[in-house]
Amino acid sequence: MSEPARPAATPADTTSAAFRDRPNGPVAAVLLATGIGSLVLAVLVVWAEASESFAESLGYSDRVGPLSGKTIWAVVAFVVSWAGLHAMLRRRDVNLNAVWLITLALLALGLLGTFSPFFELFAPEE
Amino acid sequence: MELTTREFWALIHGIVLGGVFLVAFAGGLAGFYSLRPEYVTEAGIAERTRRLVFGTGAMAALTWLTVIVGTWVVYPWYREDTPESPRSQLLANPDTEDWHTFAMEWKEHVAWIAPMLATAGFVVAAYYGRDLIRHPPARRIAMTLFVAAFGIAAIAGVLGALITKKVPVT
Repeated sequence: MSEPARPAATPADTTSAAFRDRPNGPVAAVLLATGIGSLVLAVLVVWAEASESFAESLGYSDRVGPLSGKTIWAVVAFVVSWAGLHAMLRRRDVNLNAVWLITLALLALGLLGTFSPFFELFAPEE
Repeated sequence: MELTTREFWALIHGIVLGGVFLVAFAGGLAGFYSLRPEYVTEAGIAERTRRLVFGTGAMAALTWLTVIVGTWVVYPWYREDTPESPRSQLLANPDTEDWHTFAMEWKEHVAWIAPMLATAGFVVAAYYGRDLIRHPPARRIAMTLFVAAFGIAAIAGVLGALITKKVPVT
């Protein structure tokens, strides 16, 4: 008994006109904004560790403490830089590899600055 | 058997929001990985892409909710200036103070990088939509952002679970 015939599934033709080219600027914008937001968070974390008065100035909420200001400003940096870069790059094609490498570098700095054994190195000696 | 308000919110933060994110990650990763011309048909691209964009968007939203609830709802109870607060209890004992100075201090900060990464992964997927399959570098970048968001969320989640095991927020 033979198998019932089925139409073979054809892999997608990604060169067809159904696909369209788009500038990669908007992607570059969100990538860089992610790196910038992470870096701003790291800078604020290190700075707050080094200066008690600065840490206190970030305590917008008594219940949350300095973490409130650190995270609010990091999110503001992410959103504002994303909006600004998007406006600048939305119709442009950029070197995505270069943007990605810059983003990875910013993210690495962000991760380093938020790593507790690192930022605690900046705490004033007691 | 009942949960206090604090236990309820700790559960929402750690299990409901964080847990769903961690579990849903595998599906999203498979979606990104398998979005290749040799694996899918024309009809499959549209269906896969819709699912991928919806999934990454939902996961980005979940990550934002997780860190917001963690920081603004649960964390204030953790750091209350009373001898019974988890932070005070950990710092009162030299054997447990690293759970605050290393684990909690790392977790509370690094966790905020995860939603930015997840959002970027979602934006890349949503921007290209069904064209993502034609842009392998963009697909790889989106997948890397997604994996990095997961990795950071996993670090924060595991540390949070271990700290809670030591001193639960009650």
